[in-house]
Amino acid sequence: MQHHLNHIKLLESESVYVIREAAAQFINAVVLFSGGKDSVVLLHLARKAFWPEKIPFTLLHIDTGHNFPETNAFRDAMMKKLELKLMVAYVQESIDSGRALEESGYCASRNVLQSVTLMDAITKNSIDAAIGGARRDEDKSRAKERFFSFRDKAGRWDPRNQRPELWRIYNGRKKPGEHFRVFPLNNWTEMDIWHYILLENLEISPLYFSHNRDCFIRNGMIYTYSDFIKLKTGEKVQNLRVRFRTFGDMTCSGAMLSTAGTVKEIIDEMAVSQKAERSSRLDDRRSDTSMEERKTTGYF
Amino acid sequence: MAAKTTDNYLGRELLRFAAVGSVDDGKSTLIGRLLYDSGSVYEEQLEAISSPGETPGDDQINLSLLTDSLRAEREQGITIDVAYRYFLTAKRKFIIADTPGHIQYTRNMITGASNADFVLILIDARKGVVEQTHRHTYISSLLGIKHLVVCVNKMDLVDYREDIFELIKSNFNNFLFKLDYTDVLFIPVCALYGDNVVRRSGKMPWYKGLTLLNLLETIPLSGDENLNDQRFPVQHVVQDTETGHTSNMGCAGTVAGGIFKPGDHVVILPAQLHTTIMSIDSFDGPVEQAFPPMSVRIIFTDDVEICRGDMIAGEDNLPFISRDFDVMLCWLNSKKLLPDNKYIIKHTTCETQCYVKEIRYKVDVNTLSPIAGITEAGQNDIARVALSATQPLVFDKFQNNRITGSIILIDELTNETVGAGMII
Repeated sequence: MQHHLNHIKLLESESVYVIREAAAQFINAVVLFSGGKDSVVLLHLARKAFWPEKIPFTLLHIDTGHNFPETNAFRDAMMKKLELKLMVAYVQESIDSGRALEESGYCASRNVLQSVTLMDAITKNSIDAAIGGARRDEDKSRAKERFFSFRDKAGRWDPRNQRPELWRIYNGRKKPGEHFRVFPLNNWTEMDIWHYILLENLEISPLYFSHNRDCFIRNGMIYTYSDFIKLKTGEKVQNLRVRFRTFGDMTCSGAMLSTAGTVKEIIDEMAVSQKAERSSRLDDRRSDTSMEERKTTGYF
Repeated sequence: MAAKTTDNYLGRELLRFAAVGSVDDGKSTLIGRLLYDSGSVYEEQLEAISSPGETPGDDQINLSLLTDSLRAEREQGITIDVAYRYFLTAKRKFIIADTPGHIQYTRNMITGASNADFVLILIDARKGVVEQTHRHTYISSLLGIKHLVVCVNKMDLVDYREDIFELIKSNFNNFLFKLDYTDVLFIPVCALYGDNVVRRSGKMPWYKGLTLLNLLETIPLSGDENLNDQRFPVQHVVQDTETGHTSNMGCAGTVAGGIFKPGDHVVILPAQLHTTIMSIDSFDGPVEQAFPPMSVRIIFTDDVEICRGDMIAGEDNLPFISRDFDVMLCWLNSKKLLPDNKYIIKHTTCETQCYVKEIRYKVDVNTLSPIAGITEAGQNDIARVALSATQPLVFDKFQNNRITGSIILIDELTNETVGAGMII
């Protein structure tokens, strides 16, 4: 057992290998940064992969305009600390130019619109690989992802015809206009991510920790009250002590009542929870195959 | 659940296994059962698979729905691609590659099995050993898998009879003795009701062995990593961020074999440059011993010229260096493999071209006998093929090292991965 790595170290080494392969095989790879815990872990692993060099990738953030203000503040602090280059693509611009159509109604969300903005950014900047922090345990369509996941010219994922991926030999060959999504964290579970954050003492968004916030309750879920929200009759704003287990836009991220103020407390809380991570995401609850549908059209 | 303290969590071992078998042998149900009985299923997943309107309870839950997933697949009624599932036990973390049973998607079964520590194969007790059982066990053996767990499923449909189980076992053993497995374990199970999966079955008192979960908890860790032959494929040459110089900055990569230590005398191949390791380190500090699959940086005492795709090897234990070699090739594409065809070949961190010198023979997966006089290989064929590469490759035989002994072939026109080869 002397020459044996524990499971977190094995996962770390696997991810580092994949990240270095992405740097070697692509000319213009970017890291997709959402401000969430997975992108923090991804960046930390990229640091390890290239140390003592700097991370060789530009970061791409798709700003929906409905982000939590905490997300953008956290992003900017992180960029400064790691001396990274940042590229921001705005969903608002896609809407203004008529490339994307704003949803209306009570459940309006810009989540789906992100795909248009992301694809436009990929095309405009000749990005040949977008490295993301998605994990296979998040959703059943993500359970089938490769590490190097091919996308055709329209950004589509074809689950019926993925390239075989053998051992740790990754095939990143493509024609002009095609690109790859690279998922170095594929084999990490949510629990692995949290333990790694604890182990490596990583700084994460304050949204993950218990705080007071104006909320409202809809279909049994707690949502953030903001300017983007239209309350239905009977719904009222209340100040609650909550945290987020996962988050995207303010409009679609469900919060949970919690007093967990440290990573250790979050882990303890999760150990007794029986709910799936993305169950609090309204964007995933639209239909049973909603992630699959969005992925085939270019969603991250 | 509350006992999952941080220390326990981090001390776990990681085991990867591939679940393989034929269509409709109950693989999805078995994996669903394993996830369900080990408490790895979330509330809303359970809600989604319980039939509405009926009393909730074990029998109303369709466990196979826990793992069947894509709409594209549901439309076709079969599993197309490998899905990865995760679960924890007290001592271990498991990654299951849940592979498709249909012959058309053998390429995805190979994808799932290529990184596995062991393979779990299902056999339908009513049907016994079928061609897919042969194909999958042969491919797994080619992929270097040493441990096989055979679940004879649907025992309820053969009245839990011991003689049927024993017959399947002896039939299968007649096939397995031709292959290179170090251990094979048989378990009679009924995935639908959970017999011998997580809890011992009262219906099969004649079975004295372990339940599947007990077995997974205790199966020896592969120990299949090669700790003798030092191999380090160079993945990245480190630069000085300020000056862009690479002198004495070392190279980064993942150890593919052996144990590297400062002071070791090594050779950089294929250039045959002899040097000594000055230090090994990573972001986390100096490393005294680097072993597979650690990702580290190695710095040498001399200012040697080195590039991505080179191999660092121990001085007294060198790999092969040649443009010509034979592989056992699994053909993955509907476009046929023909002699003289040219392909892109990828091997560790190296990429070059090659052509097919000769297809020596194909293997009949049922009898494992060679079929000679072959002029082409089609999708799902397994053939011994002689390849000739444009540049010399630095390699080992696959049976000695899975990383330095494996190659893939890529079609130059479509860029698809068309072949998986194990060097012999």
